[in-house]
Amino acid sequence: MRPVAVVGMGKTPFGAFPDQDLRSLSVEAITRCFRDAQASPGQVEAFYLGNFAGPSFAGQNHLAPYIAAAAGITGVPATRFEAACASGASAFFHAFSAVAAGMYDVVLVAGVEKMTSQPTPVVTEILASAGDLSGEIRAGATFPALFAMIARRHMHEHGTTREHLAAVAVKNHANGAKNPGAHLRKVITLEQALAGKPVAEPLTVYDCSLISDGAAAVLIAPLERAEEFYARPVVIRGIAQTSDRVALDEKDDITTFPAVRRAAEKAYRMAGIGPRDIEFAEVHDCFTIAEIVAVEDLGFCTKGEGGPYSASGCTAIAGELPVNASGGLKSKGHPVGATGVAQICDVALQIRGEAGERQVARRSLGLAQNLGGSGASCVVTVLSAA
Amino acid sequence: MNGIVYTETVVHSAPERYALEAPYQIAIILLEGGRRLTARIAGDRVAIGDRVTLAEDRDGVAYYRKA
Repeated sequence: MRPVAVVGMGKTPFGAFPDQDLRSLSVEAITRCFRDAQASPGQVEAFYLGNFAGPSFAGQNHLAPYIAAAAGITGVPATRFEAACASGASAFFHAFSAVAAGMYDVVLVAGVEKMTSQPTPVVTEILASAGDLSGEIRAGATFPALFAMIARRHMHEHGTTREHLAAVAVKNHANGAKNPGAHLRKVITLEQALAGKPVAEPLTVYDCSLISDGAAAVLIAPLERAEEFYARPVVIRGIAQTSDRVALDEKDDITTFPAVRRAAEKAYRMAGIGPRDIEFAEVHDCFTIAEIVAVEDLGFCTKGEGGPYSASGCTAIAGELPVNASGGLKSKGHPVGATGVAQICDVALQIRGEAGERQVARRSLGLAQNLGGSGASCVVTVLSAA
Repeated sequence: MNGIVYTETVVHSAPERYALEAPYQIAIILLEGGRRLTARIAGDRVAIGDRVTLAEDRDGVAYYRKA
């Protein structure tokens, strides 16, 4: 396997864009990515697209060649990857694998979702199709409900509190307010977070990520060819994708995600590092409890301590291990298929030292964690400077 | 069939097909014999550790109530 680098990246802002569709959002991100790399569509040898539910949200299928052609790319493999909310990083993982194996040199990865054209109950129903329709979803579960049940159990077993959950929301909103591309650039107080409208008890609107439109793209190439591109290369040091059962009620312990633990172990081993070496991270805070479980499963703190750890300030931009300096899914927004690719962009931006107001101090080794469903798919990526 | 509530939530923001029933409670029930399932709760609200019993099976969904 040969070393692979991210040699260009581009994102649309995340938000509600009634005049944009899946294709125009994707082309905007891809155009920005080509500009960043000073590359052209003719150099692309394969196109990997992460998208969760374009066919359900927008009715359009066969999305990868549809988007590739609009971006000026034809005649090469163009395939869509679906792994629920981990669709974006799944596309990235498979693109990496092909380049590392020597199959291609220059590969484009994009992620996109267009969600705001549907009313919230319809969006809730489409998102729920990432769960087990024959059991939990039929009984009335939604994704907020599944994570609410995880939160209840985490509180019961580990003493996690509503205040711990709210602290994650307050931090991520403070970070997102510094991100010009974030969907909801609004600082909130602990009191506001605690008094939010209930979605699935104990989670309120402030515990839930946003329904957003957006796209992100990265260009990857062998490290030995990185100098052909304009952008400063960011090396993929370790990456792993894992899977687990889809239904939450088929898991023995719902306060931890074995898929995350296994992906992290494999990515750390591939990078030759341990969790203590990670300097900052973008984690999958689809709900506040998900960030608390993530910092435990990634080994940043001990099992059960994710609540107090998150409330202590350790994970703030100025803390010892900043988590979600971008604002996370909570504030930056969560256009599902775009999220995993956007996390890679956010980590790469920090490593390049271009994150502006939200720049972290220690920036040589960062991690991205993208989660699908209630833990049935996970991708963990470790990135560093060249 | 009896069991114990492993975890629960009250759903306020429901999917389209259950929108008229919200708010409603669902729970993961630990059944005697070790099997788990996600069920709807009928009647009084339940909490983790409560004993529950099968109340009815409606359209393929199990409804449990406090024992």
